[in-house]
Amino acid sequence: MTALQSVMLVFVAAGGSGVVITRDPLRQAMVASFFGILLAILFFTLQAPDVALSEVVVGAVALPLMILVSLAKIRGGQK
Amino acid sequence: MTPRVRRIVFLVAGGVFAVTLAWTFRALPSFGHFNGAYGTALSRVSVPERHITDAVTAVNFDYRGFDTLGEEFIFFAAVVGVALILRAQHGERAEHSADYATGRAVPPTSDAVRVLGLGLTPPTVLFGLYIVAHGHLTPGGGFQGGVVLATGVLLIYLAGEFDDLHGLYTETALERSEAIGAGGFIAIGLLGIAIGSALLDNVLPLGTTGSVFSAGIVPLINASVGLEIAAGLVLLLTMFLHQTIVLRETSP
Repeated sequence: MTALQSVMLVFVAAGGSGVVITRDPLRQAMVASFFGILLAILFFTLQAPDVALSEVVVGAVALPLMILVSLAKIRGGQK
Repeated sequence: MTPRVRRIVFLVAGGVFAVTLAWTFRALPSFGHFNGAYGTALSRVSVPERHITDAVTAVNFDYRGFDTLGEEFIFFAAVVGVALILRAQHGERAEHSADYATGRAVPPTSDAVRVLGLGLTPPTVLFGLYIVAHGHLTPGGGFQGGVVLATGVLLIYLAGEFDDLHGLYTETALERSEAIGAGGFIAIGLLGIAIGSALLDNVLPLGTTGSVFSAGIVPLINASVGLEIAAGLVLLLTMFLHQTIVLRETSP
C-alpha cells in the first residue's frame, strides 16, 4: 500500500463519517458530493479508473443533484 | 425501548459485528495481492481474443455482457418509475414563477456563471462522446460517457438557461432515445442468435487492436448504452426540474 493510498483511505473514512454526522439534508447533499470526489480519488489511486469515472459523475454530481431538487420540491410544498 | 436498553443492545450487536469483521479481515488476502484466477486469465486474453485493450470493458460488455444487460434495465426501470411518480397530477397546474417569496425579484444569474456554464458545455459534450467512443480502448464506456453527456445539459441549466432547454429537446424525443438505446443493446445481442451462435456473442469482425472501429460488437453496445444513459438522465433531470420550477400545487 502506497502512502497516497493510505492517506486517501483515511480521508474517505473521515468523509464518510462526515456525511453521517451532518444532520441537515441540504448540507448533507454537499458533504456527500465531496465524499464522492474523495472516493473517486481513492479508486483512482487503487488503479481503477473505470470505477473512479463512474463514481465522480454519479457520486459527486448526479446523486447530490437529485437530493437537491427533491429538497427544493419538498420545501416548496410546505410553504 | 428506553435509551439505556437501546445502548446495551447496540453495544452487544456492535461487539459481535466488530469481532466477526476482524476475524474475516484476517482471512483476506493481503493488500494488493489479488489471487483470482478468472481476473488474471481475462486480463491476459482480452487483447488477443477480443482486441479490447480495456479489460474492464471486455468483462462488462463481452464476456459478461449478459450481466450488464440486466443492469441496463435496472436503470431503465428506475427512470420509468420516476417518470410515473413525477407525472403531472390532478390539482397541479403549470405556472411560471422562479421564487416562492412574493414581492421579491428573482436574482438574475451572474454573467460569470452564465459564461462558465455555457463555455463548459461544448467541451463536456465532446468529452462524453470521446469516452463513449473509446470505451473498448481506455477506461470509460457507455455508462460513464452517457453520464458526462447528461452533465453537459445540466451545465446549461446551471447557467440559468432553463427555458432554453425546452427548445433543445422534447420529452418524447428523450423517451424514444432511451428506449432505442435500451432496445439496441438487445438487438445487438440477438445478432449472435440470428447467425446461430449465443446471445451477446461477439460475432462482428474484430478489426485492428487499438483502433476506434475494432472489438466487434463492443463499441456498438457502448454507443447504445451511452444513448440510453444520457437520454435517461436528462429525462430524470428534466422531470425533477419541471416539478421544482414549473409545477406548483394549487391551493386546496
